[in-house]
Amino acid sequence: MTEAAGESREAEVIPITRARTFGEPVSEETPDGPFPGPSAGGGDDQRLAELLAFLRRRVTGEYEVDEFGFDPELTDRVLLELIRPLYRHWFRTETVGLHNVPDDSGALVVANHSGTLPLDGLMLQVALHDEHPARRALRLLGADLVYRLPVLGHLSRKTGHTLACREDADRLLRKGELVGVFPEGFKGVGKPFSDRYRLQRFGRGGFVASAIRAGVPIVPCAIVGAEEIYPKIGDLRFLARALGLPYLPVTPLFPWFGLLGLVPLPSKWMISFGEPIRTDEFDPADADDPMLVLNLTDQVRETIQQQLDELRLQRGHAFPPFF
Amino acid sequence: MTHTVLVTGVSRHIGARVASVLADDPDIDRVIGVDTVPPPSLSRDGGVPLGRTEFVRVDLRSPDIAQVIAAADIDTVVHMSLVSAPPRSGGRALMKEHNVIGTMQLLGACQRSATVRRVVMRSTTAVYGSSPHDPAVFTENADPAEPPSHGYAKDASEVEGYVRGFARRRRDVVVSTLRFANFMGPGVDSPLTRYFAQPVLPTVFGFDPRLQFVHEDDAVEVLRRMAMEDHPGTFNVAGDGVLLLSQCARRVGLLSLPMPSPVFGLLGDLARGAGLVDFSPEQLRLMCHGRVVDTALLSEALGWKPKFSTATAFADFVRARDLAGGLPAVMMDMLSRTVTG
Repeated sequence: MTEAAGESREAEVIPITRARTFGEPVSEETPDGPFPGPSAGGGDDQRLAELLAFLRRRVTGEYEVDEFGFDPELTDRVLLELIRPLYRHWFRTETVGLHNVPDDSGALVVANHSGTLPLDGLMLQVALHDEHPARRALRLLGADLVYRLPVLGHLSRKTGHTLACREDADRLLRKGELVGVFPEGFKGVGKPFSDRYRLQRFGRGGFVASAIRAGVPIVPCAIVGAEEIYPKIGDLRFLARALGLPYLPVTPLFPWFGLLGLVPLPSKWMISFGEPIRTDEFDPADADDPMLVLNLTDQVRETIQQQLDELRLQRGHAFPPFF
Repeated sequence: MTHTVLVTGVSRHIGARVASVLADDPDIDRVIGVDTVPPPSLSRDGGVPLGRTEFVRVDLRSPDIAQVIAAADIDTVVHMSLVSAPPRSGGRALMKEHNVIGTMQLLGACQRSATVRRVVMRSTTAVYGSSPHDPAVFTENADPAEPPSHGYAKDASEVEGYVRGFARRRRDVVVSTLRFANFMGPGVDSPLTRYFAQPVLPTVFGFDPRLQFVHEDDAVEVLRRMAMEDHPGTFNVAGDGVLLLSQCARRVGLLSLPMPSPVFGLLGDLARGAGLVDFSPEQLRLMCHGRVVDTALLSEALGWKPKFSTATAFADFVRARDLAGGLPAVMMDMLSRTVTG
């Protein structure tokens, strides 16, 4: 990513007589964005040249994707750019404890999952990319449902995510990537509003086994705020089954208001990263010890639940200053 | 020590190139090339000079191959004669017979032979299938979530099964199975290269598969090394890196035409019926989910890296075929000039 930025900054500067500011809505929208324009004076020219160089690379296909299909440039400059306003202005997200996420080595971020639609994954990705000093790219492990669906599947790959399976998790961690998992899966993201901030079962602990095999730390992560974006007060089970979906939510706005019901409620978000749980004292072969894996899974789960309770208190009202 | 190498499938491009490099090697005494059809002539259809390769026209499906092996004291067999698309005249049944029965006959003959010491088998990464449930990168011991159920990929997995059986029965023979990614290069003619030579690229709406190519030069080099050295086992062969289909289309400068997958499948059937391009259901799956393999095992075994990455192999193909449209790039440059004055 820094390579791309460096490259674009080196793009040739074309002298122009009159500063023109059209054609770059993206950089105008967030002047404090991840690609800070050069200092005043000629900044517009250079930004324009950068934008043109970027467009040319995109049009001619001269960019790189990794073996998982991750396209860092597209992610940073287009896809994340689209959700940054949501992160900053709609959810007013705050982060705590980013120093617990390593700068340059592999780690497994384990977070609670909620919100009916998995916006928490996207916000977590923005948080780690924009707020972490090393601008880390989060590689989430997602359900295979995502990869079966058109559009969603390839967008998910392009933004760096992949299928939740042992092979992919091991491979990413071995490469020193920052991998994220939501062990609750659909049980967490699709739980009713009455169960908010109560962690669901943590699967079979596959993520712990992967961390042990790679010897990377587990960073427990609590996300507060996602529970309130689409309060799920009902479930159209029959229709969901007919459509092959894990659930079809009824929220105060959906489906009554149609597409308008898809606008998330503007809850206040906080994301906290807890102290890493080390796994390097284990032998990689311990990953095959179910007892150890399940115990560690429980430990991670309890840590996150505790973190979640504390963070919820710290945040206070979900929709300040009203209630 | 003397070497006599049998290469099957020499009438096709890669087979011919392998036979020709082996024939150039002074360590090899004889190269015998077999195929069901005679090699294309050099002047016309871009044939490859076969050097001192002795050509024998044998239908692999018949037991005649056993006589060739017995008569020439063959010690190394390079089996390249796997066809990936039904021949113009014949269809799927003939293709399957050629691939599966042909390999059975060949392996049967090898099992009887007292001289054969090494068998190199050309297979394909298509044996991994392509599905949304698979890991992003396949290693050699991966179990595909959905094993291929038809077409070339099914032939290849059946053939690999027979090869494993042969390796079990003849433990004294070194058996190397090479799973190649899609061949790419100036001389390659495959469903995929024909696909990229179209005026517009039909793609499946909502999918952007990851593709991997191996340059023909690298493929030939791997086959040559395998034929000359003992490297038992199964190896993935592919260029480093990955290209997305959308990236390929942009690099060729072609317009892609996304269509829903049922329409894409139907169009593929129609095109196949009309004999225009061959597009089988397994290719439809590849066009949805893509496929990437890990090649660490091969580089470790050979101590060698492919000269071409996926991207440079594709660039070489585009250059050689003079496909690069370049219109979008030119338009971008024009835009740059207008905007910046």
